[in-house]
Amino acid sequence: MGILEVKNVGKRFGGLQALGDVNLSVAENSVHAIIGPNGAGKSTLLNCLVGKLIPDTGSVMFDGQSVLGRTPYEINQMGISRVFQTPEIFGDLTVMENMMIPCFARRDGSFKLNGIKAVTSEGEIRDKAEAMLKDMNMLEKRHMHSASMSRGDKRRLEIGMCLAQEPRLLLLDEPTAGMARADTNNTIDLLKQIKEERDITIAIIEHDMHVVFSLADRITVLAQGTPLVEDTPDKIKGHPKVREAYLGESAAAA
Amino acid sequence: MLGLKKKDLTLLGVVAALVIFAPFILNPFPADSAMAQFNAGYPDLMQRFVIFGIFAIGFNILFGLTGYLSFGHAAFLGVGSYSAVWMFKLLSMNVIPAIILAVIISGLFAMLIGFISLRRSGIYFSILTLAFAQMSFNLAYSVLTPITNGETGLQLTLEDPRVLGETATSSGGIPVTNFFGLEMRATETLNLGGWSFQFNAGYYLCALIMMIAFYISIRIFRSPFGLMLRAVKSNQTRLNYTGLNTRPYTLAAFVISGMYAGLAGGLMASMDPLAGAERMQWTASGEVVLMTILGGAGTLIGPVLGAGFIKYFENIFSKINENVLHQWFHALPDGIETPLVWVAEHFVGSGWHLTLGLLFMLVVTFLPGGLVEGGQRIGRLVRRRGESKKATQSTPAE
Ligand SMILES: Nc1ncnc2c1ncn2[C@@H]1O[C@H](COP(=O)(O)OP(=O)(O)O)[C@@H](O)[C@H]1O
Ligand SMILES: [Mg+2]
Repeated sequence: MGILEVKNVGKRFGGLQALGDVNLSVAENSVHAIIGPNGAGKSTLLNCLVGKLIPDTGSVMFDGQSVLGRTPYEINQMGISRVFQTPEIFGDLTVMENMMIPCFARRDGSFKLNGIKAVTSEGEIRDKAEAMLKDMNMLEKRHMHSASMSRGDKRRLEIGMCLAQEPRLLLLDEPTAGMARADTNNTIDLLKQIKEERDITIAIIEHDMHVVFSLADRITVLAQGTPLVEDTPDKIKGHPKVREAYLGESAAAA
Repeated sequence: MLGLKKKDLTLLGVVAALVIFAPFILNPFPADSAMAQFNAGYPDLMQRFVIFGIFAIGFNILFGLTGYLSFGHAAFLGVGSYSAVWMFKLLSMNVIPAIILAVIISGLFAMLIGFISLRRSGIYFSILTLAFAQMSFNLAYSVLTPITNGETGLQLTLEDPRVLGETATSSGGIPVTNFFGLEMRATETLNLGGWSFQFNAGYYLCALIMMIAFYISIRIFRSPFGLMLRAVKSNQTRLNYTGLNTRPYTLAAFVISGMYAGLAGGLMASMDPLAGAERMQWTASGEVVLMTILGGAGTLIGPVLGAGFIKYFENIFSKINENVLHQWFHALPDGIETPLVWVAEHFVGSGWHLTLGLLFMLVVTFLPGGLVEGGQRIGRLVRRRGESKKATQSTPAE
């Protein structure tokens, strides 16, 4: 039984069946990739996991508890953090301030902090935020306005902010989309490092095969809202159905 | 000191000095000179400066930090005034219980309105607060006449019980508001040459309270709570996906700023013990928005500057009339003088709102950060000038 169990999830947008009948099991402390062509329903699936969308059918269980019907902040408190397709950070704040906020809201029950505790523990929070920035190799940028950084740095900061909460499951939606090659490589290295150093389960949506094959333990291929196959990267590479549906003409030509 | 960083402490010190010496600073012209009409060092006007300063400081905690633009804050001001006047009627003429009640009642009222309005954000939030404030105005104006005395406004009478004070003075008049015996209207006048400076007890009480209010606002801005409020303004999505429900934070900010408004309303009633529904009008709510934006929303000192700026020009411009204009342009030939006066008179007196509108447009267009940004730009310019001068001076030596 995996830490995340998705059963028979379906979602319609008007006449469009964005997700058909999705079953997915993500094993604890593994990296599970979901790939598929544009419009396959990858982001929709992810939105169903974090409470942004409510699926029409099926169930989503995280660590034995259903996430359906909970708000995004409640689901986050269960231990799921999410990185967005375009980085969602606090653009008006400095890098350090960005990092302090998730440090206030960690998975140890301190979400309900509001006033007093936050004030008294501010020094501790700063230390934690600085340590995380150091881990992310961003300490020298801590006074920068976060909106003025490069896409890659914003992504790095966003990932760091998610990690600061010590989540059990980290969801990434196309973390390298729209990035320069150097930034993409940096992000891959960062994710590899996270995988090695932390006890964390990662579910990653990707378009870029290069990223996926070097990271994932298992891969699910999604096409038109239904999973085609699920297997290890090596098997997926050679799978005829995948070549046909996803790698398309380039595979046929080769 | 006081838990503040050096920069904030300096700011607090500068504001304190300005407030203490305001009777001198605002009266730069001799009393009988032609320029005396630009003096603003009268107790009544100075009280208004600091009271509206408090109002704007509180408004800025909500708008400046969280970005939620309330168009109904005058309702809390009005509630504060009514509460304070009732305290003068029932309990005593001491201003302290009146102010405390004003803050508590407006806080409760803000909690109710905020709880409902904060279910929406952006323009819908603004419209909801506006609707609530207009409802409150109408309630005060007609429905709740037993409490608010309707369109006449709530006033003190000789029949009020005042259980801890006296119903009437020994000479048969209505007693005046005081701070443990110190009458709020007590004024010392200092005549120095042609100048006359007025020191009013009510003003200094309001000023002291404004300094406390300003200090609390600095602490809020610099606290983790303030950081969270700025995060709300910056990106609510990220906060939600960080496990934080933003509602308690925004509601807390709303209630705090409502209490500031109530404090201002209570002080207004303490200086002049009456309360009318017009204090809750939407124009009054709009005024505090103008003050905050004009001064610089989200900055510490901006709202105070904005409040002072608007109240000063309101007072000065609305006093100027056609005769004054004729005096000013008197030297010009008639053919020029008459049309000039005709144009100018639309911008003064009751037409001063036209001037305010123009000023506001200019500031928002050219100084989006308000007067504070203007000050910073000048500061930078002066510094650069200073540096380049130094650079040219040092060139020969090299
Ligand atoms: N909120 C929405 N309303 C209507 N249609 C949507 C919505 N979100 C996604 N879709 C549609 O669902 C399909 C799957 O989209 P998405 O999950 O974003 O794909 P992917 O992330 O795999 O590229 C697309 O055809 C898209 O247009
Ligand atoms: Mg997508």
